[in-house]
Amino acid sequence: MTITGIAAIGAGIAVIGAGMGIGKIGESAMNAMARQPEIQGKLQTSALILAAFVEAVALFGVVASLIV
Amino acid sequence: MDLITPGFGLVFWSLITFFFLLVILKKFAWKPILGAIDERENGIKNALEAADKARMEMENLKADNERILNEARAEREAMMKEAREIKNKMVSDAKEEAQEQANKMIAQAQEAIANEKRSAMAELKNHVASLSIEIAEKVVREELSNKGKQLELVESMLSDAKLN
Amino acid sequence: MTLNTLRAVLFLVFSVAVSNFGFAVQDNDDQDKEFNAKEMIMHHVKDGHEFHIVDWNNEPITIPLPIILFTDNGLTTFMSSAFHHDDSGVNIVEKNGERFVKYHEKIYQLNAGVDALAFDDEHHPTNAVLPLDFSITKNVFMMWVSVLVLLLIFISSARKYKKSNRFVPSGIASFMEPLVIFIRDEVAIPMIGEHKYRKYMPFLLSVFFFIWINNIFGLIPILNGANVSGNIAFTLSLALFTFVITLFSGNKNYWKHIFWMPGVPVPMKIFLMPIEIIGMFVKPFSLTIRLFANITAGHIIILSLMSLVFIFKSEFIAPVSVGFSLFIMIIEIVVVAIQAYIFTVLSALYIGTATAEDNH
Repeated sequence: MTITGIAAIGAGIAVIGAGMGIGKIGESAMNAMARQPEIQGKLQTSALILAAFVEAVALFGVVASLIV
Repeated sequence: MDLITPGFGLVFWSLITFFFLLVILKKFAWKPILGAIDERENGIKNALEAADKARMEMENLKADNERILNEARAEREAMMKEAREIKNKMVSDAKEEAQEQANKMIAQAQEAIANEKRSAMAELKNHVASLSIEIAEKVVREELSNKGKQLELVESMLSDAKLN
Repeated sequence: MTLNTLRAVLFLVFSVAVSNFGFAVQDNDDQDKEFNAKEMIMHHVKDGHEFHIVDWNNEPITIPLPIILFTDNGLTTFMSSAFHHDDSGVNIVEKNGERFVKYHEKIYQLNAGVDALAFDDEHHPTNAVLPLDFSITKNVFMMWVSVLVLLLIFISSARKYKKSNRFVPSGIASFMEPLVIFIRDEVAIPMIGEHKYRKYMPFLLSVFFFIWINNIFGLIPILNGANVSGNIAFTLSLALFTFVITLFSGNKNYWKHIFWMPGVPVPMKIFLMPIEIIGMFVKPFSLTIRLFANITAGHIIILSLMSLVFIFKSEFIAPVSVGFSLFIMIIEIVVVAIQAYIFTVLSALYIGTATAEDNH
């Protein structure tokens, strides 16, 4: 296996982690919205920001795989 | 690797472009737009506040009017009551007076009647007495001229008295 | 309205498909070899020295752009058409006694007495140097177009307000005002605070609309020859702005939290200091990478889906790849707006932490 292949696998693993993370955020945000629809806007903003943070970690993985 | 190496030229142009974009937009777009939005929002806020104030004033005015009206109504009521009382009093006073007067008049009349009656009675008595004396005089004069008749008279008078 | 939107979206997507087909076919014909999806995609995603519009009869129609080089002897400028669309380092341009070649969208200055590039094992030229390249590349060109559009939109919006005496927006201003108010009420005020947000509004608005319009331009076919917001240099520049503004607006409290975290024991303070300092630099770095990677990934996915047709060499794949890229395209329309929003929100958040008052 070439180094590129290994990098691709690494990126894939990073994406799995981020996917799970964003999934958890989405789940909790949905739950919270169902419980308290009156603060839906606030929850949406925070969920998006948190998703962005998690996503950044995955993107670091992708970038690392782009470097090699 | 190439993809994530920032090109020096593009960084340079991006920085310059964004800087000038920021400066120009700030001066010619954001300042007027945000200013206008602020101004408008302030205007709306002020208008709403003014409307609130006006409504409050209106309410105060209405309350005042109500109060004045109520006062006037109460005053009128009081006046009416007073008038009615006065009227009643006057009426009852008048009634009383009239009654009194009437009673007095009735009493006077009764007294006069009684007096009249008494005097009439006295007069009648006197009259009757004198009349009877006259009659008796005549009768006696006539009767006593005849002995038989005198007896008869005594007789009848006695029987009458018995019958009584 | 809905129908029109739908029509616009469909038009957008199908024209992307068509323009990318054209691109792919050109690669195939010109080089007369196996279609190389990676090369095609990278060519699209990366910056370039000329603005390629379309191929006509195997002749690429391009907008030539000025090339500005800063060599040891000073400034050298010429038009990119001097290379005659050559990107393999064969065509040599002579200017002021210096000779330049373009190889994989990089301009090399040939060493004296050399007539052709020589490469080492890793395909890096060995007998040429890279001069400082300040060229107006297609990304710079596209960026300026977007700046012009932004100026046009917002200066005319500002005029609309001036015209109406009661500050009622009309025309384009009524379309832009909700966005401006959105940035103010949903981004600036919650993140920075009621009292200080005003100072940062111009930056936040500019950065939001600048990123958004460049993202949108990246999705529009014909214009999407340039991938401005998917270029790390562009995102790095914007992140640098956020970084510098954060540093300059940082108050005493902010610096205290970085260098001498209050409320924790001294060993912890010493331990936290390097972490906080690294964090200071990680923030703009993550801004850079997030925007770059999201936009580039979107472009790569759409182009990869289109390439499937040429990889499988079957027209029956075409409906599948068009369908999939339509799907991704619609997602991308949402993503480009969200990414612009996230960049703005996070910038506001970083500025907000730098200006926050000590409240514990």
